[in-house]
Amino acid sequence: MSDRSQLISTGKPFQFDKERDAEFERLIKRYPTRESMILPALWLIQEQEGWISQEAMAYAADRIGTFASKVYEAATFYTMYNLHPMGKNHICVCRTLSCWLRGKQEIVDYLKNEIGIQPGQISDDGKFSLEEVECLGHCGSAPVVQVNGEFHENMDVDKLKSLLATLK
Amino acid sequence: MEVKILSANFDTKDAHKIKVAKKHGAYSTLDKLFSMKPEDVTDLVKNSGLRGRGGAGFPAGVKWSFLPKNTGKPVYLTVNSDESEPATFKDRYILVKDPHMMIEGIIICSYAIGCHDAYIYIRGEYTTQVKALQAAIDEAYAAGYLGAKVAGHDFKLDVTVHRGAGAYVCGEETALLESIEGKKGQPRSKPPFPAVAGLYGCPTIINNVQTIASLPFILKNGADAYKVHGTEKSPGTHLFGISGHVEKPGMYELPLGLPLLEVIDKMAGGVWKGRKLKGVIPGGSSTPVLLPEEAKTVTLDYESMAAHKTMFGSGGIVVLDETVDMVKLVKNLIDFYHHESCGQCTPCREGLGWMLKIVKKILASDGTIDDVNLLRELCDNIEMKTVCVLSAACTMPVRSYLDKFRHEFEAYVATNDSLAAEAK
Repeated sequence: MSDRSQLISTGKPFQFDKERDAEFERLIKRYPTRESMILPALWLIQEQEGWISQEAMAYAADRIGTFASKVYEAATFYTMYNLHPMGKNHICVCRTLSCWLRGKQEIVDYLKNEIGIQPGQISDDGKFSLEEVECLGHCGSAPVVQVNGEFHENMDVDKLKSLLATLK
Repeated sequence: MEVKILSANFDTKDAHKIKVAKKHGAYSTLDKLFSMKPEDVTDLVKNSGLRGRGGAGFPAGVKWSFLPKNTGKPVYLTVNSDESEPATFKDRYILVKDPHMMIEGIIICSYAIGCHDAYIYIRGEYTTQVKALQAAIDEAYAAGYLGAKVAGHDFKLDVTVHRGAGAYVCGEETALLESIEGKKGQPRSKPPFPAVAGLYGCPTIINNVQTIASLPFILKNGADAYKVHGTEKSPGTHLFGISGHVEKPGMYELPLGLPLLEVIDKMAGGVWKGRKLKGVIPGGSSTPVLLPEEAKTVTLDYESMAAHKTMFGSGGIVVLDETVDMVKLVKNLIDFYHHESCGQCTPCREGLGWMLKIVKKILASDGTIDDVNLLRELCDNIEMKTVCVLSAACTMPVRSYLDKFRHEFEAYVATNDSLAAEAK
C-alpha cells in the first residue's frame, strides 16, 4: 500500500456501470470545468471496483476529456484512492493523537497477531488488509477503527474480537 | 454550562430528516431572508460578531464584505467540511444530526454574497457522513429549498458535495479550491485571496460548517440574541470536542469564555482514572500545549488563548494525564504533519522529515543534547517559510513541548550518555 507510483494493469478495458454512468453525467453538469470531475470520477471507479487500475484511469481521462497524467496526478496524491486491490475487509486503525492516547497500539497489535499481517499488507487469502491511518475525526470516541468505511468507536480488544468474528 | 443553539436537536430522533427538522423550524427564516437586501444580511452577520469556526476565528461578515462588486464573474461559496485537524470532530455532528440547519445556512450565505453554486468539500474519510449529507441535500431539492427557485423565490441555488480523498492539507482553503478543480491539494500563494480570485479564478467565500450552521439562529433571532452568549470579542457558542484522558470524552456546545479547567471537570468528568493533569492541548493538535498552571487561568475564547501564547483553534481540547511521554507525543505529532505535507515547499517536505528522524533518534536513546537543540532550531527555521501554515501547525506545538517539557527530552539524552559511559 505504500508505493503510490506504480499502476496496475488488468489487461481489460474499463467502463462505468449504468448507475455510475448516470451519476457521472449528473455531477459533470454541476461544475464549470470538466477537470473538476477528476476526483468524483476516481471515487466512482473505486466504488465500482474497489480499486483504480491503469485502464480505469485512462477511461476517466477520456470521459472527462483531459490528460491521463492529470488523473494519475490526483490518484497518486490522494491516499484514499486504492491503486491495487485491497482485502475483502479493509481495516483502518486511526493512529493519531487522541486514538494514540487511548490505546490504538493495543488494537493494532491485536490485529497484527490475529490476522497475521503488518499494517500495509493484505492477507494471503485476500480476506483482510490492514492500514494505520491518520486522524479519522472520531477523537471523542477513541480509539476508532474503520472497516470498509463503517466506523467502530470506543474500541478495545474484546469489541475487536466480536467484530472480527462478524467479518467473512 | 451548556447552551444549545446548534446542538438543540442533536438528541432528537430523526432530526436529520427534513420532516422533523421543519418541526424544529428549519427553513423558517427564508421568507425573512428574501425580504431583506443581501448587504443587510451581511451587516447582520457582522453585527453578530460571528467568527469563523474553522480555526482562524476571522469575523465571518467581514470576510464576506471583501468580495469585489460587479466583476461580471460568478461568486462561489465553498463550505469547508474537511475537518482533518487531529482532535477536531465537531462538524461531523452537524452533518449527521442536523444537516438541514447547515443547508439553510448555505442558502442564507449564498443570498448575501450572490452565489448560485455552492460546494461542500467533505473529507473522504467521512464515508457514512457523506451519504447522510447527500440524503439531506436530496430532501432539500425535493422540497424546493434548493434548485431553480429557492423556496419559490426568484433565486437559483445548486449545492454540490465534493469528496476529498485523504489529504489533511485540503482543509487549507486554497488547497481545497485546487482539489475541487481536480488537482492535487497544494496551497496557492496569497495574495490574491480567494475572495478576489478563488474557485475557477472567481470571487469565492470559504466558510466552515459550524460558521454556516450558525446563520439560521442569527437571522431568526437577531445579532443581539447571539451576542448574549460568549464574550464581547468572542460572542456566541462553539461546539467543543473534548478527547484524550478524560472520563467523559465527547462534544459539548458551550458559550465562549468559560474557564478551561472547569469545563474539563464539569462537562468531561475530569482527568480519567483519578490521575493528575500533565497538560492540555486547547484547540486541535497544532495549538501549543498548556501546562496545568496555565490551564488554570485560561478561558475558552480567542483573546485569552492568545494571551496564554496559544490558540483557540478548532475547539478540539485534548487532555493529557501524568503518564504521557511528551517525547513520544511529539513523535506522533511530527509523524502526522510529515505524512500530510503536500510536498510543495522544501522547508516543510524535507524539514518535517528531518525533525521526525531527530525525534526518533532521541527516543532510541541515541540522541545528544545537540539533537534537542537542533530540533528546537529547526522549528524556527521552518516556520513561516512556506506557502501555507501546515509546517507551522507542526512547529508551533513542537516548540511548546520542547520549551515546557525540555527535561523529558533531556532525560532520553541522559540515558544515552549513561549508556555511552557504560560502554567505555
